[in-house]
Amino acid sequence: MLLFAQLVNGLQLGSIYALIALGYSMVYGIIKLLNFAHGDVIMVGGYISLMIIATGTHPMVAVVMAVVGCALLAVMIYRLAYVPQGPTAPRLSLLIAAIGVSMLLQNLAQLIFSANIHSFPANDIIPMVIYSVGGVNISLASIMTIVSAVSSMAGLTLLVHKTKTGQAMLAVSEDTGAAQLMGVNVRSIVTFTFAIGAGLAGIGSILYCVRFPIVSPMMGALPGLKAFVAAVLGGIGSIPGAMIGGFAIGLFEALVNSAGLSTWTDGIVFAILIVVLLVRPTGFMGPSMAEKV
Amino acid sequence: MKEFRIPMPARYGINLALIAMFLITGNGVMTSGMLSRAQGAIVIEVGIFIILAVSLNVVAGYLGQLPLGHAGFMAVGAYSAAIFWRSDVLSGVPSIIGGLLVAGLMAAIFGIIIGIPALRLKGDYLAIITLGFGEIIRVVIINLPQITGGTPGLLNIPRHTNFLLLYVCVIITCAVIHMMMKSRHGRAILSLRENEIAAESCGVKTTYYKVMAFSLSAFFAGVAGAFYAGTLGMLTPGPFNFMKSINILVMVVLGGMGSMMGSVIAASILTALPLLMQGLNDYRLIIYALMLIIVMIFKPSGLMGTYDFSLSRILEKAGNWMMTRGDKKGGVA
Amino acid sequence: MRLTSKSKRVLGVVLVVALAFALAACNGGGTTGGGEANDAETIRVGLLGPYTGAVAHFGLAVREGALLYIEQRNAAGGINGMQIEYFWFDDEHDPIRALTGYNWLLDQEVTAIIGGVTSGPTMAVVPQAFEDNMPMITASATHAGVTYDAENGVVFTNMFRACFIDPFQGEKMAEFARNVLEAETAAVIFNTGVDYSIGLQEAFVARAAAIGLEVVTIEAYGVDAVDFTSQLTNIAALNPDVLFIPDYFSIIALMAPQAINAGVTATLLGADGWDGVMDAMTDPSSLEGAFYMSGFSVEDDTPKVQDFITRFMERYGHEPNMFSAQGYDAAMILFAAIEHVENTTDHVQGSDEYRTAVINAMAATNLTGVTGHITYDRFNNPIKTAVMVEIRDGLARFWGTF
Repeated sequence: MLLFAQLVNGLQLGSIYALIALGYSMVYGIIKLLNFAHGDVIMVGGYISLMIIATGTHPMVAVVMAVVGCALLAVMIYRLAYVPQGPTAPRLSLLIAAIGVSMLLQNLAQLIFSANIHSFPANDIIPMVIYSVGGVNISLASIMTIVSAVSSMAGLTLLVHKTKTGQAMLAVSEDTGAAQLMGVNVRSIVTFTFAIGAGLAGIGSILYCVRFPIVSPMMGALPGLKAFVAAVLGGIGSIPGAMIGGFAIGLFEALVNSAGLSTWTDGIVFAILIVVLLVRPTGFMGPSMAEKV
Repeated sequence: MKEFRIPMPARYGINLALIAMFLITGNGVMTSGMLSRAQGAIVIEVGIFIILAVSLNVVAGYLGQLPLGHAGFMAVGAYSAAIFWRSDVLSGVPSIIGGLLVAGLMAAIFGIIIGIPALRLKGDYLAIITLGFGEIIRVVIINLPQITGGTPGLLNIPRHTNFLLLYVCVIITCAVIHMMMKSRHGRAILSLRENEIAAESCGVKTTYYKVMAFSLSAFFAGVAGAFYAGTLGMLTPGPFNFMKSINILVMVVLGGMGSMMGSVIAASILTALPLLMQGLNDYRLIIYALMLIIVMIFKPSGLMGTYDFSLSRILEKAGNWMMTRGDKKGGVA
Repeated sequence: MRLTSKSKRVLGVVLVVALAFALAACNGGGTTGGGEANDAETIRVGLLGPYTGAVAHFGLAVREGALLYIEQRNAAGGINGMQIEYFWFDDEHDPIRALTGYNWLLDQEVTAIIGGVTSGPTMAVVPQAFEDNMPMITASATHAGVTYDAENGVVFTNMFRACFIDPFQGEKMAEFARNVLEAETAAVIFNTGVDYSIGLQEAFVARAAAIGLEVVTIEAYGVDAVDFTSQLTNIAALNPDVLFIPDYFSIIALMAPQAINAGVTATLLGADGWDGVMDAMTDPSSLEGAFYMSGFSVEDDTPKVQDFITRFMERYGHEPNMFSAQGYDAAMILFAAIEHVENTTDHVQGSDEYRTAVINAMAATNLTGVTGHITYDRFNNPIKTAVMVEIRDGLARFWGTF
């Protein structure tokens, strides 16, 4: 019973990680950038929804605005910090710019909203209801989180495989140069990818805030790092990989915690990660490593 | 016309004389009270971060990997040295040197352990191994309070860091890494960065050189950790976090990947920055972040690119210039 | 994806202008404040603490409290006609930054320092400050080692604090549970990554054993944990009378609802780290019936406290928390000592005798601040009564002193 409760808990966390990991993975798949500012998009989403709920509008408006706001922010970040470096920029300089953006967002948030921790009205978004299923308590929030995460992922999969834009995204990630030659507008596809990834992170952000109802300038760092790990574990660049990686990290954490090793959680999760990578060097779903000479 | 070349022994002579001059003047300035206390503290901090950045450059710049766990090696070194110094196994100068060596060796052992997964992993997958390692080290330190003092930390560590010792080690670090990179082994490491498959097919032992680069990098990070412990006199696991690793990486990239001079300059500037920007108060980090982005937009290869400073080369150029001028003058006369 | 050189140039101009604005904005928040009087006629003090980063909210709260006192004092004519001039340094919660900051403050020729804010960075500074005989008072560093080096049995005589130490709070809460709540069994859940939490946990458990309060389980979690469900489920199964959670309010805000979900029915007990928890929770129902110890309660109706709250609200537009109150008291203790030295001696500011005199005057503190009446024991820890706060009807209420 306890194990089942832990599994639900792990799935809830995992679906949040998976949503965030998707953004990492999609962006990486296309421009090979480890977008460290992605975690802080979650923080911005938290503040946006917090502010909108405070005005008394319907919580769903807040959710939509958070998603749109995150997407716009990501597009802005892409256009202002990454694009100007040009197409030939070394990957590490993009990475450093991403770190710069991350610090900028954190410190701007502190300047605007103060360093104080704000409470997040989780109950306004998903009411606190607990179902007892065969002696196990499951909260509505858990169910809603898992359901909305899974449906977002299903939507993404449809988008990628059934629409022209989605096909273009795949094409760009496969071979940017060739895609360009085939008439794909690479810049707008990358912009679109950033927007989608951040939009998913926006959903993740709301779900994260419902699970852990406080908002602070540094709150994005931890889920960002975990999601990054999840993306790599799944095979960075792979969309199904990010989903699997996210769920795997969430479940690992819950299981390690329930085994009474909670103070070792991060260490053990990373150790598992290393072992998995040693066995499968490109994660669960990563592309094979065969290289042409 | 014959080009002006400084002969090898003279080059060594010039460099050694310069180093000696730097150390003597530096030590003089530090002890004379010409610097304010904060400036003195920053000089020490700068030295530590130069070692960290230059050593990280081996893996990030020369080997071309993305290491995200340098603070982990630093932590291993810091704790090893602290425990060694506190244990009073040796005393006096041998103890100080011993602590530095223990710190470096312990970190190097961990470097080898981390380097081995490099057998199978590439690129960002290797990056996450180093990140994971950095986090694991911190969790282990927190959970072994009998040895490491746990979260409250280790106190009363002898404060052995001083200018002369630190900067001698800074110079040794730079010299060893410089000579290493100019040697056959260094060229092999560089070849891995350029094209691993081609290098391997030319007979470069990829695993050997990767592990070598990792352990060399880790060794000096460990030494820097020892100096860190010896400066603070206390250690807590908190500062050895992911952000510390990132800060060191920022120094390397900002300075220019693979440019030792760049690492030195960037480490100095970024470490001194909080002091220089003290008047900006709580806006400091916003400006710092903006500067990172701006530098990366306008100078994506870092401040120094891959340029490396060489005094002999400048002297030679100056010599050549003088000679041409002399020739011309001679012509006119 | 190619960026034309023109748009790059435009972007460059935009960024540089943004930077210039940011720089211009900075002039508003200068490092120094206080009087226009020249150097010889001012009292210079330093503030050290984290003003950016993950624990900036503690540092900023302390700074607000301390600056309020300094501004009031300056407005009332300063100390013997001398205005107070202050300097601050952001230690970013990093020990090596704190050490640099300490040295920087000394370069500004400060007479004394109010800081640090968190225990780790403070402990990195104290041995050096002890050598320099520099008067220091921390508003909030609760670790016992801040004023006392247990390993060598050395008291850092120059270092004072305005807050409780960790062991004191742990012991008090155990006594409160046993004697007031008449609890027989207790559970503890603590953070292995925060020394504050470890210190309180150890003291609570030790005291509980001595007074017949049975500790049925001690659960733990790591520093970055946000999910405590499994530990809380274990605790719920043992059904203790009280559950002691020595951690900061941001963790409590996460843990309390999870505790209810996990089926924990015990009375929740906390310490001064809980201060601010009500602001961090929209729905505090999960904390109903909990008690925590604090240095300060806004419901304390003594005129001194209410006056402080009014002035604080006027100045900053929000209610003070315990950290601000302790920052205010720390400044009060320090300036009372400096005033005493100015009045009774003719030592030169910054001289060793002056510093020693300030330290001695602080050790002899006998004052009532907004966090209660304060005197010091031989370890420079304050002897003061604790305020017990009860959470009732969704509000943190002043239960009384204990």
